[in-house]
Amino acid sequence: MENRLLVSASPHIAHKDSVQKIMFGVVIALLPAAIGGVYFFGAQAAWTIVLAILSAMITEALIEKLTKKPITIADGSAIVTGILLAFNVPPEVPWWIPVIGSAFAIAIGKIPFGGLGYNPMNPALLGRAFLLASWPSHMTIFKVAPRGGSLSGINPHAIVNYGLDAITSATPLNVFKTQRGILSEWRDVLKSGIENPVLQAKANLANNAISQLSDSYANLFWGKVGGCIGETSVFLLLIGALYLIYKRYIGLRIPLTYIGTVALLTWIFAGTEGFFSGDPLFQVLSGGLILGAFFMATDMVTSPVTPKGRVWFGFGCGVITVIIRLVGGYPEGVSYSILLMNLTVPLLDRYTKPKTFGKVEQK
Amino acid sequence: MRLKKLTFKGGVHPHEYKELAEDKAIEVMPAPELVIIPVQQHIGAPAEPVVAVGDEVKIGDVVCQAKGFVSVPSHATVSGTVKAIDPRPHPVGGKVLSIIIENDGKDEWSPDIAFDENYAELDADEMKKRILNAGLAGMGGATFPSHVKLSPPADKPIDTFILNGAECEPYLTADHRLMLEKTRDILEGVKIIMKILGCKNGYIAIENNKPDAVRAMRQAVKEMKMDAEVVSLPVKYPQGAEKQLIKAITNRKVPAGGLPMDVGCLVHNVGTAKAIFDAVSSKKPLIERVVTVTGLGINEPKNVLARIGTPFQNLIDFCGGLKENTIKIVNGGPMMGIAQYTLEVPVIKGTSGILALTEKETALRDPDPCIRCARCVDVCPMNLLPNEMARQIEYDNFEEAHKLGVLDCIECGSCSFVCPSRIRHVHLFKYAKLEITKSLKARA
Repeated sequence: MENRLLVSASPHIAHKDSVQKIMFGVVIALLPAAIGGVYFFGAQAAWTIVLAILSAMITEALIEKLTKKPITIADGSAIVTGILLAFNVPPEVPWWIPVIGSAFAIAIGKIPFGGLGYNPMNPALLGRAFLLASWPSHMTIFKVAPRGGSLSGINPHAIVNYGLDAITSATPLNVFKTQRGILSEWRDVLKSGIENPVLQAKANLANNAISQLSDSYANLFWGKVGGCIGETSVFLLLIGALYLIYKRYIGLRIPLTYIGTVALLTWIFAGTEGFFSGDPLFQVLSGGLILGAFFMATDMVTSPVTPKGRVWFGFGCGVITVIIRLVGGYPEGVSYSILLMNLTVPLLDRYTKPKTFGKVEQK
Repeated sequence: MRLKKLTFKGGVHPHEYKELAEDKAIEVMPAPELVIIPVQQHIGAPAEPVVAVGDEVKIGDVVCQAKGFVSVPSHATVSGTVKAIDPRPHPVGGKVLSIIIENDGKDEWSPDIAFDENYAELDADEMKKRILNAGLAGMGGATFPSHVKLSPPADKPIDTFILNGAECEPYLTADHRLMLEKTRDILEGVKIIMKILGCKNGYIAIENNKPDAVRAMRQAVKEMKMDAEVVSLPVKYPQGAEKQLIKAITNRKVPAGGLPMDVGCLVHNVGTAKAIFDAVSSKKPLIERVVTVTGLGINEPKNVLARIGTPFQNLIDFCGGLKENTIKIVNGGPMMGIAQYTLEVPVIKGTSGILALTEKETALRDPDPCIRCARCVDVCPMNLLPNEMARQIEYDNFEEAHKLGVLDCIECGSCSFVCPSRIRHVHLFKYAKLEITKSLKARA
């Protein structure tokens, strides 16, 4: 007996959670949205998810085998990366898109930095950015309408009644972006006093389209809109998010400040009739904001550890998202906003270090 | 009625395992055949042996004398013969010069121990002298000499005394039982402390997982017409840590690197208060203490009144021995206690518990990489960044760890407890503290 006593520093007891448990918790939280993606977009979505997961795991195992490092795929983080990568591509991409995306995410975004815990940017988002830069046509064209809904989320009878069929064969944010562009063009023409009946007709149509977008909250909430595989159903994503919050795997600081900032700024700036005429609810429900705010901005490895840092992080993500949505070249800015803010994390942590208990201000 | 919540920032909620021993009344353990009295059972200078091998001693005889102000004497805890004076394994680590006394079984006391009816009339200096002579050091585990704590400098008047009955460490129930069984003795101790300090605010702080102790204390305070408030605190570890306790009760913040007296407070553990009563009222030296012997590896968990110097092995035998699956023996609680490599170590003045832990409880495994989940940051009661400090220390960057405030760490273990990657923060911090103090000394 005597010889078998273990000696180590305190504490001698520990909480039961482990990295593996947390990662599989995230996988469980992503399941409702994954099932929803397959339901809305068909079997191809399932294949994309499976291929992305397999590619992430095989890439990680292969590199670790070649570099003679311990194989870490059992920790579940590669599975999470695979699912998130698949969630961020359109449903009709060719099979090699998720394969290359996941491989890039792991081989470039994760392993070279030292593997889990050391990657500065969210690997899945980095993989997506790579795909978007390399094969923009595959990554930006959405053709599959969700089961029981339309691509833009606008109800079919409105499309017919208002003659919107020509402009609603795109995702909600796409429709919003292009039609808002037409309206601002029209406003410039109005100011100059030159008559332009063609543009006026277009502007009327654009006004109709934008007001119809605001009527499509229910479709956006349930997920009956076009978009990337895992981002469309706010309802199913929130179920997963509630699970993560209940398990305390994520906090509320990042998602709430992120979503709150987007809502506030779009209310102020995203309207078609001047300041404070925007539709924040439409902006929050559409695109990848809910997926990004609850599942990607909260990625533990690539977000700040300090409470204040997390608030600034969420705020920064919100500002960048809105800038890209309103004035940038893409209709959606969630991925890039998170990637950019990932790079500020070391600074945020440094400048928001909490004050030590009892530390006196002076000196 | 208090409206604000009595709490502090951070903290954790480990499984308590108090049910193993909280209902077991304190059992007196017969004196062992041999006691081991280390000359160092307190923070400060080691005491000096004043007996020689072969000397006959009685219970209460001084066997080693305090050396300097921050030091306390120790006494023979059995009557018999000094058999050896040599270095022996010590429960706080390493080997320490110890006086080994063989029990003659007669249990004879030194003659001058008797109850003094008029002890309450003694002046503060005489009381402090009796406390020093009794060899008192904090019995909550930190073992700071009690008479030193009771002698604040004139420019740091103390207006608030807090009796620490939080017992926030899981498993431990010694203080709980003492509060139930020696309620009045403890409160007499509180009276003495408040008289010595001349302070007017007295609090008795108990975590609300011990409602019977709260009730008993409230009842006794009322009957004794004491001017003290019994405060029931929410259960959260480390509620009993001095600085956190002071914050929760008085809302004062002890400055980083400072002491409770910097904010006019003093905290003593219930065991110490009881011992102070014994010392002042009867000049009784500290020769025994209540030890919780518990853990899933112990056959019969108990609260035991044992002589100081009793080897762990004897106490474990007294509690039915160890189960086969015991893998760790700890002196103290599971969050801050010290793991032992041998059962030859003796109970010392600060030994509040002996834990026999099984694999199920220790949940030992190799660390994984930090995933920056920030749970350590959220639970740190000192508002430090444990993840960042641990990372710097792993790269031997002690300078940066120092800047991040590693010296302010109270080693409560909350960070390691919640870490999903099982990073051994406290291990690293203890190591860094040693390295930093070494280099600070070298520079001075």
